[in-house]
Amino acid sequence: METFRLLKQLSETPGLAGHEEPVRALVRDLWTPLVDELQTDGLGSLMGRRRGRGPEPRPTLMFAAHMDEIGLRVTGIEKGFLRIARVGGADRRILPGTEVVVHGRRDLPGVVGMRPPHVVPPDRRDKTLPWEELFVDVGLPEEEVKSLVRVGDPISFRREAVELKNGLLAGKALDNRVSVAVVTLALEHLSRASHAWDIVAVATVQEEVGLYGATTAAYGVAPDMAVAVDVTFGRQAGVPNHQTFPLGEGVAIGVGPNFHPAVVERLKAVAEANEIPYHIDPIPGRSGTDAWAIQVSREGVPTGLVSIPLRYMHQPVETVSLKDVERAGRLLALLAAGLEADFRPRWEDE
Amino acid sequence: MELLKELSEAFGPSGHEKEVRQVLRRALEGYADRVWVDALGNLHALREGTGPNRLRILLAAHMDEIGLMVVGHDESGGLRVRAIGGIDDRVLPGAQVWVGSDRIPGVIGLKPVHLLEQGEDEKVVKIDQLLVDIGAKGKEEAQKWAPLGTPMVFATRFEEVGALVKGKSFDDRAGCAVLAELVRGDRLPHDLYAVFTVQEEVGLRGARVAAYANRPDCAFALEGTIADDLPKKKDVSPTSELGKGPAITVMDRSFIAHRGLLRLLVETAEALGIPYQFKQPGIGGTDSGAIHLAREGIPCGTVAVPCRYIHSPVSLLSPTDLESTVRLMRESLARLTPDVLQM
Repeated sequence: METFRLLKQLSETPGLAGHEEPVRALVRDLWTPLVDELQTDGLGSLMGRRRGRGPEPRPTLMFAAHMDEIGLRVTGIEKGFLRIARVGGADRRILPGTEVVVHGRRDLPGVVGMRPPHVVPPDRRDKTLPWEELFVDVGLPEEEVKSLVRVGDPISFRREAVELKNGLLAGKALDNRVSVAVVTLALEHLSRASHAWDIVAVATVQEEVGLYGATTAAYGVAPDMAVAVDVTFGRQAGVPNHQTFPLGEGVAIGVGPNFHPAVVERLKAVAEANEIPYHIDPIPGRSGTDAWAIQVSREGVPTGLVSIPLRYMHQPVETVSLKDVERAGRLLALLAAGLEADFRPRWEDE
Repeated sequence: MELLKELSEAFGPSGHEKEVRQVLRRALEGYADRVWVDALGNLHALREGTGPNRLRILLAAHMDEIGLMVVGHDESGGLRVRAIGGIDDRVLPGAQVWVGSDRIPGVIGLKPVHLLEQGEDEKVVKIDQLLVDIGAKGKEEAQKWAPLGTPMVFATRFEEVGALVKGKSFDDRAGCAVLAELVRGDRLPHDLYAVFTVQEEVGLRGARVAAYANRPDCAFALEGTIADDLPKKKDVSPTSELGKGPAITVMDRSFIAHRGLLRLLVETAEALGIPYQFKQPGIGGTDSGAIHLAREGIPCGTVAVPCRYIHSPVSLLSPTDLESTVRLMRESLARLTPDVLQM
């Protein structure tokens, strides 16, 4: 499928942490023709296995991309308006004027309103709105709201993904649907290639609230090597260059204690051999990605991280470069296809 | 609702009302006896009356909406903007916009929340710190796509939300929809000078010349006004409430309504059981502020459709309120006689 359409579809489908059903159904549809078997684990992560051509027992390479997104949750109903709290690291600065979907007994479109400037004195406009002044409005009378919505119901952002100039795409939940797209593209490449290892693609759940999905998925898959795919800060005005990576100029490969040097070297070698541009993303400790949980699964998993630069993280205007997405998909596929049957990530002094 | 949808989605910040004007021209075709555009860009439509002693009644609804204008280009390729009309900076972050009438998609993002200092998310990022990102690589490309002065509006689709409808610029495309319906309805005893005005949001500019030009005997401004009926800590007035019918202005920051016209509206509503409410407190201003001062003075009233969250990307209104507003206006105009205008 064309990358723009794939990413747009993934972006616009809801799937809050702990409520990933809609996006899981979409990923299942996307992956079914590309894998030999599909499975969902106890927490809801979706795992698709492509069997390799190597002799049994075959080693397993796991790709992990979280499919959950940040959002909001109903905490109360007042005069028919919904009081809200965040799920994951939602940014309340962007809430006024934002469209949402309330996942009640049925999906209800809604908006987070804003009192007009006519009624708000200028000296009260220099502070962001506190949670107690933020409401979701679903445009229904109080009784009807009470019959359709319960405290605890999830609320996702509703935003049409749009293409900007220079092959950029802006929308919601690109953290981390962009990586689900990357893994999907990698599976597409692999379906036309031959690989010795088993490849297990995992769309993990509940990353935004504590890497929970990756924890159980890594245990279940018990991979011999893993690569997590996530987003990293893209270059934008007002953020120092050393904290960001330019869009459209390549993916980032993580280095640091979270990553096995042999996996890092392999990723770099594949990128270089295939002229895929990349940056090194130095991460001195906790990476804040699924890689952090996967690395310490069972007896330990040699793990790597490939990241896509993304602007405006956790805002409904997250922006990525389609070129980076396609390159990352190629990188993962080439990495997987190039693993010799007897290769294992090892320490130099092992 | 089809017309309101078209009006709401039209591109028309103050000074750039062409697209709205075109929508309305099409909508009035076959109904208006004469249509003309004046020097400021106001669209005038005359619907002649059938009565023997016809009054000249000016009905004004403004076509323009709030928006942003490109005032500079950042090295990064981002667009520096200033507001056209009154915008609270807090609705801008996270917004999607249409840049220029070609609708180049743009987005307004902030520094990621992960990279903020403690307490920094309490501070509002002012409009002069914001950039609109259209994906341009560097200053030159940004200048090519969106030269200085390029206007932009919120990219919002018109849709149903529960029992209400959602869209941008219901202030005052709601008033435009009401006025178009009045022109398209059966002829009334009086001559209706329907004027779809420009530049209300930057100072009631269009209404001023329209009132002068048409020499009306009396006038009404038709608006989409503030409904501030969210739960609030202190029990302050909601200005108007959704679902309670048209909001009638007694007085606001721009004018005092003519007593006779006010009485006519209230008596008509009560006689026919049309729901209505008074807009209170009298904040904001409308085209009436300019119209009542034209020439030797013009008796004036303002009637509005209550709208939540005006001047934000997502306003909401009740279609029932809009229908009641059309009905109240139509019936009041039918009952209007010269003695109503006596002081």
